[in-house]
Amino acid sequence: MPTLSRRSFLIASASASAAACSRVPSTLPPEYPEQTRSDAPVFLDAGERRFINAACARIIPKDDLGPGALEAGVPDFIDRQLAGPFGQASTWYMQGPWSKGSEQQGYQLKFTPAQMYRHAIHNVDDYCSKQFKKAFAELSADEQDTVLAGLEKGEIELPDVPAKTFFGMLLQNVTEGFFADPMYGGNRDFAGWKLIGFPGPRYNYVDEIEQYGKPYPLPPVSLKLGRAKAAKA
Amino acid sequence: MATRLKPVDAVLVGFGWTAAIIGQELTDAGLHVVALERGPFRDTVPDFSPTQIQDELRYAVRKATFEEPERETLTFRNDASQTALPMRQLGSFLPGVGVGGAGVHWNGQNWRFMPTDFKMRSHCEQRYGKKFLPDDMTIQDWPLTYDDLEQYYDKWEYLCGISGKAGNLNGAIQEGGNPFEGPRKREFPLPPLKRSASTMKFDEAAKSIGLHPFPCPAGNASQPYTNPLGVKLGQCTYCGYCEWFGCANYSKASPQTTILPVLLRKDNFSYRTNATVTRVNLDSTGKKATGVTYVDAQGREFEQPAEMVILCAYSLHNAHLLLVSKIGKPYDPVSNTGAVGKNYAYQMSAYVDVFFDEIINPFMGAGALGQVVDDFNGDNFDHGPHGFIGGAYISMWQTGGRPILQHYTPTGTPKWGGGFKKALKENYLRSSSMQIHGGVMSYRQNSLDLDPTYRDIYGNPLMRLTFDFQKNDLDMEQYVTDRAVEIAKAVKGNRGYNVRARTGHYGIVEYQTTHNTGGAIIGDDPSTSVINKYCQSWDVPNLFVMGASAFPQNPGYNPTGTVGALTYWAADAIKSRYLKNPGALA
Repeated sequence: MPTLSRRSFLIASASASAAACSRVPSTLPPEYPEQTRSDAPVFLDAGERRFINAACARIIPKDDLGPGALEAGVPDFIDRQLAGPFGQASTWYMQGPWSKGSEQQGYQLKFTPAQMYRHAIHNVDDYCSKQFKKAFAELSADEQDTVLAGLEKGEIELPDVPAKTFFGMLLQNVTEGFFADPMYGGNRDFAGWKLIGFPGPRYNYVDEIEQYGKPYPLPPVSLKLGRAKAAKA
Repeated sequence: MATRLKPVDAVLVGFGWTAAIIGQELTDAGLHVVALERGPFRDTVPDFSPTQIQDELRYAVRKATFEEPERETLTFRNDASQTALPMRQLGSFLPGVGVGGAGVHWNGQNWRFMPTDFKMRSHCEQRYGKKFLPDDMTIQDWPLTYDDLEQYYDKWEYLCGISGKAGNLNGAIQEGGNPFEGPRKREFPLPPLKRSASTMKFDEAAKSIGLHPFPCPAGNASQPYTNPLGVKLGQCTYCGYCEWFGCANYSKASPQTTILPVLLRKDNFSYRTNATVTRVNLDSTGKKATGVTYVDAQGREFEQPAEMVILCAYSLHNAHLLLVSKIGKPYDPVSNTGAVGKNYAYQMSAYVDVFFDEIINPFMGAGALGQVVDDFNGDNFDHGPHGFIGGAYISMWQTGGRPILQHYTPTGTPKWGGGFKKALKENYLRSSSMQIHGGVMSYRQNSLDLDPTYRDIYGNPLMRLTFDFQKNDLDMEQYVTDRAVEIAKAVKGNRGYNVRARTGHYGIVEYQTTHNTGGAIIGDDPSTSVINKYCQSWDVPNLFVMGASAFPQNPGYNPTGTVGALTYWAADAIKSRYLKNPGALA
């Protein structure tokens, strides 16, 4: 059931994007407040956003335990991160010469994270077009899982970027968005923190730390948004 | 053309822990001292305030307060057959940048090395025979002893308000402390921190199998504290944001919370930020430093003349500055001659994650809140049957439950999808991780030199790190990891455990520890060391080098306590002897 509704909304937003070409349309479900939608897409274009939405929905799915990464606003988080210093690799050493190196020597690609995402998303969508005659976002949940697993294991070869490296970055960024303070756009309504029982930056546990085995009673707070705003954001 | 500035008595390169100590001590002796810090000024207010600092993404994940590889990094290879490539983003270790240095973002795990750690080679040869050590192992004795350093350890611990329980007072073993530690003259300045759920479970389990658990000596104040300089620390709130964060609460010992409030008020002390030292300048004889050259934020070059130059940068940068300034003879691993860059060492971290049936509220914690056993550290056990030297402590930390990086799931859990989500929910509140924190010996093939290809933004060659884990250390780590598993099995109410062993090659990607040592090692022979027992350059007597670059090898303890003590020891020698008669100290 979650899969069906997700697919219908993705298809709906796909046609919306064709209609409104001057502005990248929101692909957020209607229950999301206006404030968030208005400042949403900053780096990703509509097609890239559909990919990220779909990937988020599979990496941390919505289920009986609660909202998934899509519902928690993780695509917004990733979009903003890619537009910012992280996406631009602003602190990385990016001088050549360039060489592949060993696994132990770490990341040796010329691509910033933003460039990595752009190449990889287009490569994966091309792969899906060839294999399934559809973009990644239009595949069934099972097909999407198969593609993601193929990227994770490096079984799918992408022409421009190493699939495993991209998948590792995507997985890391989804986890970040699900668990970072809601002020960054993900973890909406504390979806990530509520799932696991983390109360956020509560600052003082002097009285509680020796109360062994006792649940901490207070609900989560955000560093900048407090409680009420974060619940709305 | 560099602008020449007014000479000073002493210029300090860097403004972290060691510079704060040296600055305080030398200004007390009446010297005019200037510190040059490559990063910005930072202080508890406003930079670490509670409305800003508890942000895992910004500080722990995006690494906001650390060195930026874009400006300064190194190249790395596992062995000399490979081409070293740049560390393009931070991973394995995280040098600090800005006033306070890594002293702002450490956990506060504060140790003394054991007496035998200072006599590593002679002690092991005596106990196990000369043939016990591999030929390529280049460990050396320190030129000073634990007893030499004891009063300086004490001074450092009282500066910081270390919270702990003595295990050995003047030779008498104390209940509740570390029975293996070297003798200390008096108790810690503060009692141990409160105990968390996970550390209580560890304590019970370790005792049940005959081990000797004790609380880690903590640079997190268990109570309000006023140090001998009159600077006040506040009681730790167990907020769970120590490592990689500044402390909002004046509870974690750092230059800002222990020395700077006094030092920064002195007329004979000044500092400049965004001032990156690119070279130590020598006179025509090459035997005397005339000062340093630095570049400011606008790219302007300045020459700061000084009677004394004291390198107080991070260990790797001390070695790098010596190499680019052509001071001392660079180490050549082929001929095993030269000393600068020699005996780079690191540390080993393996983990055993434990899953409990009860909640332990991991987010309530402090950086040095942990229960530890030292039974398998150093030479606290007979290595004869095992064929390796060195050891590790096993600790159960409760440093915090920051969810992006501090979540544990059982082996076999998928990395994404519904199974991953379910495992997060089931385990976050009910898991913790034991660390096997082991030493790394020094070897001929592990060293630092200048890279032939890559340069930093100032035009200097990057330093080249050639390093891999060696059999002795991997065997040691596996042995102690197996002991940690025995503790995990003895934990009451455990639902299982994961072993994350340390095997294979060293990689620069995964964070391990910011405990890089060596490269400018201390010794009693100029042909095999860079500095003498007072941290004075053998080649340039008005140049001193502080910090963990001095360590001839890396024992199984976090380095900061020994870095602090060694700095006080060197400062004492400079004040009491060098200033009266500048020249080589014998």
